[in-house]
Amino acid sequence: MGVGIEVSNLNAWYGTNHSLQDINLNIPGNHATALIGPSGCGKSTFVRCLNRMHETNPVARVTGTVRIGDMDIYEDCKPVEIRRRVGMVFQRPNPFPTMSIYDNVAAGLKLNGYSNRHALDEIVEKSLKNSALWEEVKDDLRKKSGASLSGGQQQRLCIARALAVDPEVLLMDEPASALDPVSTSKIEDLIFQLKSQYTIVIVTHNMQQAARVAEKTGFFLNGRMVEFDTTHKIFTNPSDKRTEDYITGRFG
Amino acid sequence: MRTFEDGAVTSLAVLATVLVVAPLVAVFIYVIFKGASSLNLAFFTHNPVPVGEVGGGMANAIVGSAILLTVGSLLGIPVGIAGGIFLAEYGRGTKLANAVRFTADVLNGVPSIVMGIAVYSLVVVPQGHFSAFSGGVALGIMMIPTVCRTTEEMLLMVPNAVREAALALGVPNWRSVLSITVKTASPGIITGCMLAFARVAGETAPLIFTAFGNVGWNEKLSEPIAALPLQIYVYALSPYDEWHRLAWAGALVLIVLIVFAVSLVRYVTSRGVMKGAS
Repeated sequence: MGVGIEVSNLNAWYGTNHSLQDINLNIPGNHATALIGPSGCGKSTFVRCLNRMHETNPVARVTGTVRIGDMDIYEDCKPVEIRRRVGMVFQRPNPFPTMSIYDNVAAGLKLNGYSNRHALDEIVEKSLKNSALWEEVKDDLRKKSGASLSGGQQQRLCIARALAVDPEVLLMDEPASALDPVSTSKIEDLIFQLKSQYTIVIVTHNMQQAARVAEKTGFFLNGRMVEFDTTHKIFTNPSDKRTEDYITGRFG
Repeated sequence: MRTFEDGAVTSLAVLATVLVVAPLVAVFIYVIFKGASSLNLAFFTHNPVPVGEVGGGMANAIVGSAILLTVGSLLGIPVGIAGGIFLAEYGRGTKLANAVRFTADVLNGVPSIVMGIAVYSLVVVPQGHFSAFSGGVALGIMMIPTVCRTTEEMLLMVPNAVREAALALGVPNWRSVLSITVKTASPGIITGCMLAFARVAGETAPLIFTAFGNVGWNEKLSEPIAALPLQIYVYALSPYDEWHRLAWAGALVLIVLIVFAVSLVRYVTSRGVMKGAS
């Protein structure tokens, strides 16, 4: 089941660049939350702070607290533990190129030492069904490389790979921006289905996409969160002038 | 006009290709021409015989080269790959990494005879005698820089997105490096190892002061041992026609064995790697 995320006083730096400033935010569990804003506003940095991927960059630094469920992710655990509870899907599909479709989905479990074959078979099937890819690949699970699929299929494969480790939260960093419209709509349908089981945070450039999939939307600008409210309110009656300017296309 | 330019560039490219391939083919044909006539079963089953006696072969040198290369590979490939992994995955941008990279490049340029003398004073002198082991060490050290630098280059070609994908699944960094990054780069790393292997397989100079050569059969690491390049060197410099013919045959066998070994490794390692991998 998805759990809520509480972010308080989150600050992040890349070297001397203060890229996130005093972010406070409550992301509800079992819902989809969209983060919008112009390029470089810090929304990708923000989601990377939620699974501590931010700190894989040696010049990066973070302060503040992030609680996912009952766990303070910067105090209570190691990065590898939190990344198993918080899955991530990246902007460009990044399947493991040397692995079969099956091994791509099983990778998270196998590399963490899980080796029950029978259970793995079931998890792989379930994950691929959950990511709406099963019907397209079930005959070549072990024959085809993950890299031989089309871009949209690869992205759904990456979603299946993230789902296979049974996370509570799924972070999606512009998951459809490298895909064609048909693949994009498939990913959106998927988000719609998955949000009953997972907490989903989706970064997007596409405001219609945010409006279609998310209950809540946050607007980021220059490293700060300007406004966070229900998606309906943000797109119809935003309280901040800057939000209104952005969604009406006056900048960004 | 465009068609003409296109044709001109294409023919230049073809010409360059021919110029690159021609010497190799010429050498290979010449060696076959000179060596094949002296090849017979005895060449592979008999040890060398004294001058004047008919027959004899290089069985001891073939086995000797195999032993030397095994020792060299066991030393050079793990050290080289580990060094390459350090350079690409752990030490990026650090002073130690720059020092390691610089050392590897310099080591690559050290003449092979110098490597032989160095190993002579470091291994042979303390041991008190020439040995197959010291020859293997000399070859192994010569393999390290090539293996190390190609491993680094190949790992750097693995997109960062692949590393991030593994880390985001909660895979520990060391596991991600070994199971994902190195595996993704493995075809290139194997090519680097084969390149280093083929290069030292033909080395004579580092063996003169270490493996030393042996007219008889030896498979002990502690004793001097024969090697194909050494045997070819000695026979080719001799004044006897019979030995000259055997040297040509040895050269042919050496080339064929290297090609065979490299192809075998490629074949074995290419199975299991997914087709369509980028």
